[in-house]
Amino acid sequence: MSKSADTSKYPEIWNKPPFITNTTLRWSIIIGALIYLIAALGSMDINPQRIIEGIPRGQRFIASFFPPNFADNRGVVWDGILESIWMAIISTVVGIALSVPIGLGAARNLAPFWVYITCRSIIAGSRTFPEIILAIFAVKLFGFGPFAGFIALSLGTIGFFAKLLAEDIENSSEAQAEAVKATGANWFQWINYSIQPQVMPRMIGLSVYRLDINFRESAVVGIVGGGGIGATLNTAFSRYEFDTAAAILLVIIVIVMVLEYASSFLRKWVQ
Amino acid sequence: MAIIKTDNEIIWKRRTTKKQLYIWLAWLVGVSIVLFAWSIISEKTVWFFVQDAPRQAADIGGRMIPPKWSYISKLIRPVWDTLNIATLGTVIAMIIAVPVAFCAARNTTPHSSVRVVALFIIVSSRSVNSLIWALMLVFILGPGVLAGTIAIGLRSIGFCAKLLYESIEEIDETQVEAIKATGASNLQRMTYGILPQVLPTIAGVGIYRWDINIRESTILGLVGAGGIGLQLSASINTLAWTQVSTILLVILVTVFISEWVSAKVRGAII
Repeated sequence: MSKSADTSKYPEIWNKPPFITNTTLRWSIIIGALIYLIAALGSMDINPQRIIEGIPRGQRFIASFFPPNFADNRGVVWDGILESIWMAIISTVVGIALSVPIGLGAARNLAPFWVYITCRSIIAGSRTFPEIILAIFAVKLFGFGPFAGFIALSLGTIGFFAKLLAEDIENSSEAQAEAVKATGANWFQWINYSIQPQVMPRMIGLSVYRLDINFRESAVVGIVGGGGIGATLNTAFSRYEFDTAAAILLVIIVIVMVLEYASSFLRKWVQ
Repeated sequence: MAIIKTDNEIIWKRRTTKKQLYIWLAWLVGVSIVLFAWSIISEKTVWFFVQDAPRQAADIGGRMIPPKWSYISKLIRPVWDTLNIATLGTVIAMIIAVPVAFCAARNTTPHSSVRVVALFIIVSSRSVNSLIWALMLVFILGPGVLAGTIAIGLRSIGFCAKLLYESIEEIDETQVEAIKATGASNLQRMTYGILPQVLPTIAGVGIYRWDINIRESTILGLVGAGGIGLQLSASINTLAWTQVSTILLVILVTVFISEWVSAKVRGAII
């Protein structure tokens, strides 16, 4: 040991500190991930021959998408799009109308415990099952057509909207609620004048966002018989009219883009 | 805010009369659109089937109880496949989404034309549902887990890249400038100035999307892309309702566990 510090032992190059600082945890995560990857890839039974066979088929398949054919089935595509739009609108409105009471009930600061638990389990149930599974059952119960799709999308909306509404209410400011309560407001006035103005801007934005999601989802509930543009798309696929399918996909992309712009614009305008 | 004065009292109102009128007008337009939409939908509905629905629901519900517990042993492999589809799909998505996000963020994009391409990738990946991706991929790759994995991956690129590029745009520029002041190259600025700031977001978004993907991958089997959806659609088609309820319960449990794991991990990271 020399008296002055031995600087030669210091590292010359600075290294970034690792993302996970605990060494044991870091290495166990890395090794665990590697073992999982090997197990998962091993059980996937990828059939290389099928893929090699599939490549020219895939090329032909993709080539048959071009050019998109807007002309031949214009009437059907137009009908499907309109049906999807109406379905998305009505299911968003009904879904939100149903989720407002459920969302109020699922906010811990408003509802008694048993209401809270009931509403939370409705939300959990609706969130767990994808719209497609809901649509399969709706088609079984209500028959083919947009009504089944509308029911499925409305139920799907509840899980999304009520959950976010409840969380927003739980995060709203106590002080305003207390101030309105102090004026002697009854329960409805209390909700309407203290909670509602606080959560409204975000909820308007979210409802436009949900409209956007419902439109996108309406493109798939049709695959199981729920009406809308999905039914048209599915027909186009099963009739091997891939150029029409390409046209439908493009129309969906354009409408989603427009809706996305509209929703971000509206959200800025409201806030 | 408006105050209306009458002879003997002063009333406080939230809005002026004019603003109130506009709001009523907006409501009128909105309500008429909804009513119109409803009339179109109801025109295409066979109301007999709808009236019949409660009876049908009771019937199917009765057939679903009790769930066929012995069927669970046959569901272990499909659940494993479903988990693999979601996990590997998310991994593929993240590998592609990170560079796409860097190209799409205003402050890191190499060129504005690259940005347009990146944004188009994001939007088209987001607009096409994973089920439609799977439908197309089954044609190309054949039915199986691989098609489902790639479908989930393609679908998730847009979602992950969108959240990532928004967070890249919101980073603290002063840190990047500090790195730049040391004479760092573009790549070094990226790895030492920007990446550490968005790393928690990358991990958080990945986990969040994984949780969503578990839910999405349960249905891919409907078009033949592997996972538990295969068993679900087979059971529904053969009217084996006790198996259907078992599958639904298994999905419910899987989703709950994945949501719990995702919430825990995100809580630990952020």
